[in-house]
Amino acid sequence: MSQELPVQQKREVEKKQESTIPSRAFLPATDIFETDLALTVVLEMPGVSKESVDVSVENDMVRIEGRIDFAKYEGLQPVYTEYNIGHYVRSFQISNQIDQGAIKAEIEDGVMKLVLPKAAKAKPRRITVN
Amino acid sequence: MLASFDDTVEALLTIQRAMDARKQSDWMARGTTGFGSYPPINIFQQGHDFVAVVELPGVAKGDLEIEAKDDTIRISGKKIVHYDEGASTHRRERLSGLFDRTIVMPVHIDPDGIKAEYHNGVLALFVPRAESDKPRTIKIK
Repeated sequence: MSQELPVQQKREVEKKQESTIPSRAFLPATDIFETDLALTVVLEMPGVSKESVDVSVENDMVRIEGRIDFAKYEGLQPVYTEYNIGHYVRSFQISNQIDQGAIKAEIEDGVMKLVLPKAAKAKPRRITVN
Repeated sequence: MLASFDDTVEALLTIQRAMDARKQSDWMARGTTGFGSYPPINIFQQGHDFVAVVELPGVAKGDLEIEAKDDTIRISGKKIVHYDEGASTHRRERLSGLFDRTIVMPVHIDPDGIKAEYHNGVLALFVPRAESDKPRTIKIK
């Protein structure tokens, strides 16, 4: 904990197609961990409120999209810049062992926690030896 | 409605263009914690005053400390990343640790007039320029 925090450069999303507006999207820094009950995905999306985040699950892909509010920057003239801003987009392939209807998401201080519970059949069973 | 949408996109593009065109500037030059320190800072001008915007995702408001003295502003605190007990990690990209950074403003500021807002992991510091530093209009007699 005494370690000094280094700067993490934002990674830009590599797009397969061009968008009509030449704005950029970034990959949120993400932690993924798994317990017996669920797969948890934690994404850093500073500036994204809970109203402006979309989570969709399609064809075993979970896609997270967070939009920032540019309106806050209106009338501000940049004089010194160290980081770029833009929306956040990231997709992950998930196994069909996830109970897709029970996915829960919460967001606090610009960090989204996505809990993907495992389907009953995917949970490990303890086998007792007689 | 459409006009205001264009304006907001323009605001974003202005920042992105400024980022691309960023050259050595006077800002941070005299500070001990210049470019490359955490947290990264963007500074904007709004009329006579300045707005510093800092991204601190995952930093709780209570773990964040802001001090201002003369023309310097210090932002310090800690970022904690929690992991569930007994979980196996597949991907670990989020970093945790301590941070301490000082912004030296190239103009005189009013340290008592600084306002801070923290929403969704983004800190905005509204920094008013000192009254003595504002340009004055000189009337010709």
